[in-house]
Parts: sequence; structure tokens; C-alpha cells
Amino acid sequence: MNRASRPLSVVAGLAQHRGQPHANVEAPVKIEADRLNFYYGAKRALDGISIRIRAHLVTAFIGPSGCGKSTFLRTLNRMNDIIPATRVEGRVLLDGRPIYAPDVDVVALRRRVGMVFQKSNPFPKSIFENVAYGLRINGLAGSRSELNDRVEESLRQAAIFDEVKDRLHESALALSGGQQQRLCIARALAIRPEVLLMDEPASALDPIATQRIEELIYDLKSSYTIVIVTHNMQQAARVSDFTAFFWLGRLIEYDRTDRIFTAPAEKLTEDYVTGRCG
Amino acid sequence: MKSRADLVFRILALSTLVFSLGTLAALVIDVLTDGADRLSWSFLTNLASRHPEEAGIFHALAGSIWVIVLTAMLALPLGVSAAVYLEEYGTRSRVARFIEINLANLAAVPSIIYGLLGLGVFVRLMGMGRSVMAGACTLALLVLPVVILSTREALRTVPGSIREGSYALGATRWQTIWHQVLPMAFPGILTGLILSLSRAIGETAPLITLGALTYVPFAPDGIWSPFTVLPIQVFNWVSRPQAAFKENAAAGILVLMGLLLTMNAVAVLLRDRFQRQNRT
Repeated sequence: MNRASRPLSVVAGLAQHRGQPHANVEAPVKIEADRLNFYYGAKRALDGISIRIRAHLVTAFIGPSGCGKSTFLRTLNRMNDIIPATRVEGRVLLDGRPIYAPDVDVVALRRRVGMVFQKSNPFPKSIFENVAYGLRINGLAGSRSELNDRVEESLRQAAIFDEVKDRLHESALALSGGQQQRLCIARALAIRPEVLLMDEPASALDPIATQRIEELIYDLKSSYTIVIVTHNMQQAARVSDFTAFFWLGRLIEYDRTDRIFTAPAEKLTEDYVTGRCG
Repeated sequence: MKSRADLVFRILALSTLVFSLGTLAALVIDVLTDGADRLSWSFLTNLASRHPEEAGIFHALAGSIWVIVLTAMLALPLGVSAAVYLEEYGTRSRVARFIEINLANLAAVPSIIYGLLGLGVFVRLMGMGRSVMAGACTLALLVLPVVILSTREALRTVPGSIREGSYALGATRWQTIWHQVLPMAFPGILTGLILSLSRAIGETAPLITLGALTYVPFAPDGIWSPFTVLPIQVFNWVSRPQAAFKENAAAGILVLMGLLLTMNAVAVLLRDRFQRQNRT
């Protein structure tokens, strides 16, 4: 806690990349946005975002509230489609294929690009049913035993199985906030997405629960491409390989996380990461 | 000055409350003194009779239950489907807005108009005759606007985060509605349905229009039987000259009130039970 209050702690956080001081810049591109504009009604929320997000790495989006980082995250699995009067211009490519093309099946897209929300949102059902839901609706488990296996596997991946294994059929709403969020991660992992979008997944959690989520992100990145929105710059520095800094709906700077926090190219980025603005 | 105005307002509010509750209490006490003596097991199980002391309410009670259960079975699927369409699918279309305005108007249409419609369409045009089915169809139309409006309210209470969570797992809109939204809204839907049914169970005018006032001295044995219902039997007894039938009418009112209170109690119990399921 004490460390977190010092401005230099951001740099100290970088050292926590266990045995991986520099991100693999050569990783293949998983998601590419090309001059993406986004409008809520007449208001432009995103202004010409172009970015290449690399596979099997963690990319963090940082920036002040209302800068468009969450909006941009939600364009990556077309979650904004359900908000009325919104409009997208430009392109987003997943594995080179445009996701806003007219023939794209949104449901299939969301199966490939999972999402965890800021506020944990378990369904008012049992722990088991929360994880089984995605498997059932997508017809991903052929038999009862396969369903059981995949639920257990997902709960283990989300590092929550040992805490809940004796009460799988009790309500998910009885879990603590941190446990609920890990359950939501397990739920998202159950359908084996390729990309996991996380919208401030730890902002409502205490430091210990936050640390568990961060460890989880670190463990998951070998299997998934992770994009995380965070308000917490220490967190961005600790968990991510690449960091994108958003400001007033524009992408100001996007680079390796260590460069963003130690030698940013833009004055605005430097002011923000050192806490002088925003 | 301010505290005085406050005091005056409080006294005024309290006295209106006492007045309205007092009127209700006086009515209940009056009915109780008139009818309590007539209430007995045989009153509930006997059929109608020319002799007031032998007359019972069984045929009308059975008729009411038949009609109300059938009304519920018709109004629930229709009302919920309509509400789901308006709330989840068509909220912004012009047609939906037109329907929405007219729903509010429909809810305010006098019930006798529904009776005339039922007579024209169900009894005559569709040839249902003066059957339980015709009565239930008419009452279903009557409660439908209220069921739709209360279902929409219930659907709106389901948090957006639950819908988003479902969509994010690759659920279609229909899967989200069926597996997440409707189960969460169910207590509210049920409460709305039962409350509107308890209004329908006291309805007399539309059923009289249908012809349910004709003397039916037996309980219905199917949806195509002729029938009578509690309020009509009460009305029938009140209009007889003998004083003993007036006692029967009071006892009939007590039975109707008992049925109503039971339904409302069931609504509260069910709502609490489902809400607990949704919460913990």
C-alpha cells in the first residue's frame, strides 16, 4: 500500500513482469482497428482510432474517465450494438477479417471475444449454472459429464474452484465481490474465447482480491489475448505488455508498457502517467 | 407558521385516511353481521335453490374459479409475449409507440364495452355460446392491458448488466430473454397478473352482457359449459324480494372477499419466494 502512494511505484511495478522484461513485439496481430470513429447519437466518442493488438499478450487501455477507452473496448466485441442510436465508422479486424461487415454473425463473434465487466454481474443462479450457461446456449457440451468437466476446468482456470467446489449448486450471489468477479471470468473462459476483454475488472475490489485478479491475468495470457481497461496505472504497469493511452476519444500513444511509463514519446502521456493531469 | 401549516396538513391527511379506511371497515362489518350466520360448509357446497336456507354458492364459486383460471391461462402468455415484444424488440418503432399509447387507453375502457365485444365476437361470431370459454376470453381481453403494462414494468427492473453478461457469452436476444430476463422478472409478472385477476373476479358487467345472468343451477364441467360467477349470483340474490336471500347475498360477498384475499396472499407469497431465489 505504501509503495502505491509513491510516484515511482509505477516503474517499480514494471519489474513484476516475472522473467519477461520485454514484451514480444513480434507477436502476430490479433485485433486491428483502422481509423475507427464511434458516435453516441451526434456526439463523437472515438476519433480515428488505429491500433494493432497482438496475440497472447496483455494490452492495457489507460486514460481519464470519459476518454473513450471503455467505449473502444466494447467496439471490439460489438457490445455497443445493444445501445440504441450508436454508430460506427471505420474498420475493426479480428484475425484480418472485418467484424462490422454486414455478413458477420455477432453471436459467433462474441463467442470468440469474451468480456468481463467492471461490476461483477453473476446471474441469479447457482455457481455451476453461471458457468454452464454459455456452454449450454452455444451447445458446447455434448453430455452431462462433459458439461461438468468443462465447468470445473473453467473454475480452475479462474482460480476459484477450490473455494467453491463444495457449494457449486448454491447461489452465486452469496459469493464475495472478488469471488463473483472470478466467477464471471470463469464464465467467460468456459466458452473458450480467443480474446478476453476486461473492463476495469478490479476497480470494485479490495487490494487482495485485485492482486488475485492480476495474477490470474498473468496466468491466462499464454492461452488468450487479453485487453484490459484500467484506471489504475500501477495495475497497467504490472499486468500489461503494451499500453494504449486515450485522451478525449483519441489514441494518443501506444507502445510497449515499459516505454509508456518510463520514456513516453508524447508530452500528454508523460503528464498523465506521472499524475500531472487527468 | 411553517410548523402550523405542517400540523394542519398532517391532520387533513390523517382524517382522509381514517375516513376511507372507516368506510371500508363499516362495509365489511355490515356484510359480516348480515352474512356471517349464513356462512357454513353446506353454503359452500350446496347448489342454487328456490329455498334461501338451502341455497348454496357452490355453482357460482366453481364458475368463478373455472373462469379465472382459464382467464389466467389466456392472459399470461398473450400479455407476456406482447410485453416482451414492446419492451425488448420494438421499443423504438412507430408501431410500438402507437400500441403503447393505445394500451393505456384500453386499460381505461369501461368493462361493459368488453362485455359487448365479447358478446359480438366470442358468443355470436365465433359461436362459443354463453360458455366458460367466452367469459374467460372476454375477461382475458379486459385484464390484458394491465398484464402487459405490469409485465413491462417487471422487465424494466431486470438490470442491464445481466443482459450484457448474457450477450457477452454469445447468447442471442431470445436466449437472453428466455433464460435470464423472464426468470428474473417472473415475480413481478406474477404479481401483476394476480392483481389484475382479482379485479376480473369481481367483474359483473361484462359477464352479464355475455348472458351469464341466466339461471345456471349447476357447476360447469368443462370450458364449453354455461356458467355463473360469484358477483352475478350475489346480484341475483340481492334482486330477490325475500329477506333471507339478502342474507345469502351478504354471505356470497364474504365468499368472494375470501377468494380475493386468498389470491392476493398467494401473490405476495409467490413474489417473496421467487425474489428470495433471485437474491441469495
